[in-house]
Amino acid sequence: MDKIIKKKDLDAFKEKGNRLLFADSVKIAVQAGTCGIASGAQEIFDFLSGQVSSGKFVLSRTGCIGLCKREPMVNVSVPGSVTVVYADMTKKLTEELLKSWIKGETPVKNSLMTLDDALYANPLKDLKLPSGHAKYRDIPFYKKQEKIALRNSGFINPHNLSEYIARGGFYTLFDVLNGQDSDKIIDEIETSGLRGRGGGGFPTGRKWRSCRNAKGDKKYVICNADEGDPGAYMDRTVLEGDPFSVIEGLAIGGYAIGANEGYVYVRAEYPLAVETLKQAIETARNHGLLGKNIFGTDFSFDIRINRGGGAFVCGESTALMASIEGNVGEPRTKHIHTVESGLWEKPTTLNNVETWANVPAVVNMGGSEFRKIGTKGSAGTKVFSVVGDIVNSGLVEVPMGMTLKELVFGVGGGIPGNRKLKAVQSGGPSGGCIPADKADIPIDFDELVKVGSMMGSGGLIIMDEDTCMVDVARYFLSFLVDESCGKCTPCREGTYQLKQILDRITRGEGKPGDLELIEEIAQVTKDCSLCALGKSAPNPILSTLTYFRDEYKAHIEKKKCPAGVCKALITYTIIPEACTACGKCLKSCPASAIEGGKKVAHRIIPEKCTKCGICFDVCAFDAVKKV
Amino acid sequence: MTKTGTDKKLDTILKKYEPRPDSLIAVLQEVQEKLHYLSEDALKRVAERVKVPLVQAYSVATFYNAFSLKPKGKYIIQVCLGTACHLQNGNQLIEELGSLLDTEMGVPTKDGLFSFEAVRCLGCCSLAPAMMINGKTYGNLTADKLKKIIKEYKAK
Ligand SMILES: Cc1cc2nc3c(=O)[nH]c(=O)nc-3n(C[C@H](O)[C@H](O)[C@H](O)COP(=O)(O)O)c2cc1C
Ligand code: SF4
Ligand code: FES
Repeated sequence: MDKIIKKKDLDAFKEKGNRLLFADSVKIAVQAGTCGIASGAQEIFDFLSGQVSSGKFVLSRTGCIGLCKREPMVNVSVPGSVTVVYADMTKKLTEELLKSWIKGETPVKNSLMTLDDALYANPLKDLKLPSGHAKYRDIPFYKKQEKIALRNSGFINPHNLSEYIARGGFYTLFDVLNGQDSDKIIDEIETSGLRGRGGGGFPTGRKWRSCRNAKGDKKYVICNADEGDPGAYMDRTVLEGDPFSVIEGLAIGGYAIGANEGYVYVRAEYPLAVETLKQAIETARNHGLLGKNIFGTDFSFDIRINRGGGAFVCGESTALMASIEGNVGEPRTKHIHTVESGLWEKPTTLNNVETWANVPAVVNMGGSEFRKIGTKGSAGTKVFSVVGDIVNSGLVEVPMGMTLKELVFGVGGGIPGNRKLKAVQSGGPSGGCIPADKADIPIDFDELVKVGSMMGSGGLIIMDEDTCMVDVARYFLSFLVDESCGKCTPCREGTYQLKQILDRITRGEGKPGDLELIEEIAQVTKDCSLCALGKSAPNPILSTLTYFRDEYKAHIEKKKCPAGVCKALITYTIIPEACTACGKCLKSCPASAIEGGKKVAHRIIPEKCTKCGICFDVCAFDAVKKV
Repeated sequence: MTKTGTDKKLDTILKKYEPRPDSLIAVLQEVQEKLHYLSEDALKRVAERVKVPLVQAYSVATFYNAFSLKPKGKYIIQVCLGTACHLQNGNQLIEELGSLLDTEMGVPTKDGLFSFEAVRCLGCCSLAPAMMINGKTYGNLTADKLKKIIKEYKAK
């Protein structure tokens, strides 16, 4: 295998990569990340594989370009023209459109947009814009996005090193290793104002500096790909769509702090991400971009992958390191920081996937350029997964400082069915629910904390008016009860007791004084827990109590769930006047709890009803009422 | 004494890893994958191989959700109960699976074909509710879709 040592070797790969990215023939790239495959991308890929022997097109695959709601998506480019992205594809549609594609035509049917943005430009020549298609920036979802961490995802083939190099990849590492002082790189990262994207937002440069200055014969860098926050999947998308960016980031970090070994800790639920990264590491190794004497310099560096075991707490830095060492993933107190004594008691730098993916871009553009993006306290962009009750659910990368409102209604396209926004949940189980009337706050690490939530890893769950906030709090508490490692009492018992109270309240057994009791337990859990899991565990409940106290009171005092979610507090009835006796609900009810006959209005038998809500969903005449 | 198929599989796995304590989790993961659970015997042999006390192997095996000391089904269905899926009624899928497979969470079907469990987020939240069967993800699930998928696996 040809090793890459000199700049001209990189140039040769770049040229090859550009030929692949902007092919001389018709090229079809299926977006085949986990989300794409789950929507049917594999079937499309398999069909195209069967046709490729015709020689009329070349077939490739790529990661996810973000608009997950419209998957499967297929990128099609004909020679000399800008790539067209097709959305909501099926095998049948692919079969039909393929006939035009191979003739060099790009029909508008199912076309989402063209990739005419500067981000995707051909560096060698101008491409023709095929007519009739929406432009990239015409799509509200993409209009205000600014991609740094996601710069390659959905565009390059994640398995192909030359395509990554064609996008400028590994040139930064080359420059760094050939002549840059490691202090200078850390300066650059410090100047950039980059803060960790994994949750806490700790300044990355400062972390690196401490680790570099720490005494130790051996040091480590680790990439945290545990991505435990439910509702967040940007790390998966980066690993599946652009694994080389993380590898390059880790190598730059390793050089800067003086580490020769790196680890990536990936969660168990991400088989495709593990596979993609594994292949990328092997490819990099085969070409000398990992291993001994990279680019012929003194610097040697290699990366190992560790798979997690399905424990949320292992995303915490000390627990993660314990897990890599082969132990139970219990956190320890951090009176000695991991930058001084981390993995195997050696100085260790841990950063999140998105942070690492940012690193080559930051070093390449320079710290002060990066700092120009975003807000004063939060530089750069942030990737969010916007999911839940939202029209354009998917992954977006926007400059910090955009308001939540703009993100939800502009980029996200608003709430489906013209319903009202109730709250945005951010920060996972450590975060909180931001009510709709606070949605004009700018997205920024510190602003989110001010309203009782936090940035977290970037999962944003959009909730409409049919969401019960007590149920949401109870959901997060049950998550935390399951995931508390049990090492310290305040967290183990505190979360458990809080959940018990919430269980009671949602069952209609709430008592006066419950809310005060919740606040008291929450305070103790917050103050006395050992790690951040316990310290932040009360956030979901406290933030909902702050903003939605009346909803708690309705559950406790009136025994009502205003949103109609808590099963014990609702009843389903059929309004006889509205019932057309169509029989649909009667047939659908799994509990046989509906009686009635031809031309006889139907009735729900309360004793039998399990409150599954199926009748409510199937009735075409709105005759089923939930009270 | 002749070795059973399981023993041989275990031998092959054990040989692949360096006999160091930090191999523990990786070895257990592979044993779990290939043999569907960690038997007492397997735990003892893994502990011996990577040079850790049995109690450490046991504590690791019981700490992480990915390990089980009892057999799982050939097809492991992981139903997502992450936030997005919770809000899209992922719980309903769990109930549905219980009656469809005539078993409860964590207990394999009598033919050993299926077992199901809950996980927190598969990273496919835009397709909520979602589930994964042996590494393959399914999204936008409904009761009907679920039935169809199970039928497909039964026919395999
Ligand atoms: C309970 C808990 C879970 C965490 N889970 C993750 C995670 O899944 N991914 C992650 O990057 N950071 C996670 N963190 C934050 C990490 O401890 C750590 O701060 C982070 O990985 C540092 O990288 P960064 O500075 O680049 O953000 C978690 C923290 C806690 C307390
Ligand atoms: S706070 Fe919770 S998760 Fe953290 S060490 Fe204590 S029990 Fe474990
Ligand atoms: S919440 Fe179910 S896949 Fe993320």
